[in-house]
Amino acid sequence: MKPAKVVSINERAFENLKFIRETMERAGSFTAVPGWGGILIGASAVMTALVSSRLPTTRSWFFSWILEAGLAVAIGAWALIQKARAVDSPLLYGPGRKFALSLCPGMIAGAVLTLALYQQHLFAVMPGTWLLLYGVSIVTGGAFSVKVVPVMGLSFMALGMIALFTPFEWANWFMAAGFGGFHLAFGTVIARRYGG
Amino acid sequence: MAKTNKAETHPKPQASRARPAQSRAADLDRLIHEPIRLGIVSALAVNDSMTFNELKDLLKTTDGNLSVHARKLEDGQYVACEKYFEGRVPRTEYRLTAAGRRALETYLNHMEALIRATRES
Repeated sequence: MKPAKVVSINERAFENLKFIRETMERAGSFTAVPGWGGILIGASAVMTALVSSRLPTTRSWFFSWILEAGLAVAIGAWALIQKARAVDSPLLYGPGRKFALSLCPGMIAGAVLTLALYQQHLFAVMPGTWLLLYGVSIVTGGAFSVKVVPVMGLSFMALGMIALFTPFEWANWFMAAGFGGFHLAFGTVIARRYGG
Repeated sequence: MAKTNKAETHPKPQASRARPAQSRAADLDRLIHEPIRLGIVSALAVNDSMTFNELKDLLKTTDGNLSVHARKLEDGQYVACEKYFEGRVPRTEYRLTAAGRRALETYLNHMEALIRATRES
């Protein structure tokens, strides 16, 4: 019979502290934010910025970004479900539910404002509004997630505030920098540090 | 169910730092010095409340096991339990009491003291 492994009091205390920390992390924060999903969304946003900069009308520019928003939601949802399964983090209750519900107000406000701005033909303020409200959503959702998520949200908010006071000719640059660049950069950080 | 021994649930206050690690280990709060119970208390420390099923999924345990350990914590007044119906579905919700939060803090202090003591010895 194999002799039982002797574990020192010191080791046991370390293990217990580690167990407490890990349990608190799993119970208190949503760790399934998808880094690779963010990278894919960023890449598709850069492509959309390239395409939309060549479109002849403001209306076609608008619809190209609406299409991109739909694509981003689909990629984000798919990546979120995949990562939640991989890291065994529930989406429908606890921090996952809080994260999802906290994302909603900013997103809903963004959708309603987009409709109102479209009706008024106020295309110039759309990039700033989108970046700002997306940032708000990420900050509020990020309160229940890993630290890098609210930082990403604040970056979007800062860029959105600047974009609101710049000419429409710069719109695609801001959109590419925010929805493209920030997603690529923060997505890479999340994928590296938080398991995909 | 047998009531939890008070001497076990409420450890003596910490004595001087010079005490050996073995002596400190003997002071540990046995009520939460068990993985499932420690998990319940740790999870509730970062949430206002959690349902039975949420705790079960988080701690990857069975209904029976969780039920037994949660009852022990309830008996020791470390957690408060509330049962209600959501529509027709019965729910059991747990919250950490002030005594439970203090016990976790004391336990964490004990663990840190144990590590310090073994390093010093």
